[in-house]
Amino acid sequence: MNFLAYGVAGWICIVGLYGAIVSKNLIHLALCLTVIQSSTYVLLLSVGYRHHGTAPIYKGIRLGTNTVDPIVQSLALTDIVISVTVIALILALALDVHKKLGTADPDEVVELQG
Amino acid sequence: MTRRQIRGTIAIPVLGALGAFLYWGLSGLPPFGNYHGFYGHMVSILSLPQRHVTNAVTATVFDYRGFDTMGEEFILFAAVTGVVLLLRKSGEDEEGPPEDTVTSDALRLFGLLALAGGVLVGLWLAAYGLVTPGGGFQGGVAIASGFVLLYLTGSYLAFARRTSESALDPLEAVGAAGYVVVGLAALIAGLPFLANLLGPGKPGTLVSGGSLGFINWAVALEVAAANTILYKEFLEQYIVPIARGRKS
Repeated sequence: MNFLAYGVAGWICIVGLYGAIVSKNLIHLALCLTVIQSSTYVLLLSVGYRHHGTAPIYKGIRLGTNTVDPIVQSLALTDIVISVTVIALILALALDVHKKLGTADPDEVVELQG
Repeated sequence: MTRRQIRGTIAIPVLGALGAFLYWGLSGLPPFGNYHGFYGHMVSILSLPQRHVTNAVTATVFDYRGFDTMGEEFILFAAVTGVVLLLRKSGEDEEGPPEDTVTSDALRLFGLLALAGGVLVGLWLAAYGLVTPGGGFQGGVAIASGFVLLYLTGSYLAFARRTSESALDPLEAVGAAGYVVVGLAALIAGLPFLANLLGPGKPGTLVSGGSLGFINWAVALEVAAANTILYKEFLEQYIVPIARGRKS
């Protein structure tokens, strides 16, 4: 049980990587990248979790109450924002490739581009 | 076997090795639920007395890690600029928008109410970001998604008209620049960059956090405008070929 949350993060990362390696479509590839990045959210939040800890928001709770770690939560926020922006850029590039080469298959793109 | 199948076969042992490596690394972490990070603890006990901000996460994002968040905001800005450069074309108004007006009155009414509700929730999330869960990033995303309802329950034309580039681009720039201006204002006043110039304020209210409130709203503006621009650029990619298909 102690390792379950970390194991889930590792598993998501590996599944996403496998998807990216055998991907047939650039959009699918971008989604696999999102899956890989999701593993970091799971890892960050499970590292910062504390048993019976509440949210680190001191409105209505005493200072010094047992809370989960606020640093990893803000890191997860940064992580999500970066993920969204990078995915947007990758999807735009995928659209551009499809428009120029008429295919979204990474292997065919490599062949056409040489 | 195709190249993809060969690649997939080779990947399995490599990913297995990576999994073992991850297991080795992750099993060295503190057991789940027993993390006692020093910095997290410091932020937890200091954000309220020191900054008068009840939401320790927002205090971390906009104050203790404020400089990093500024960089993050500019990553967002740069990525949106990149998307616009790749996708936005000039002089393609000849086709005109497609006839996709939603005719159901019930759906239109629902859309209007949901839009008002969505934008209100976004503003609320942003406004109370320093007090309760929320903040500029979350609020901005909620506001931007509200505008997508214009397309979903109205028409593409209704969405496009209210999200013109000439209005959104400056708003996004103002949001990004606002963050830097708050930082520079502290510098001009003889304090370190991004120091809290306006004093901590009253905890648990809308005026808590001093300068952080301005940073929060600048981020909300930037994120709302940036996301709306992204939605619009991608929607246009989808809509324009349809409009072209209908005409020919």
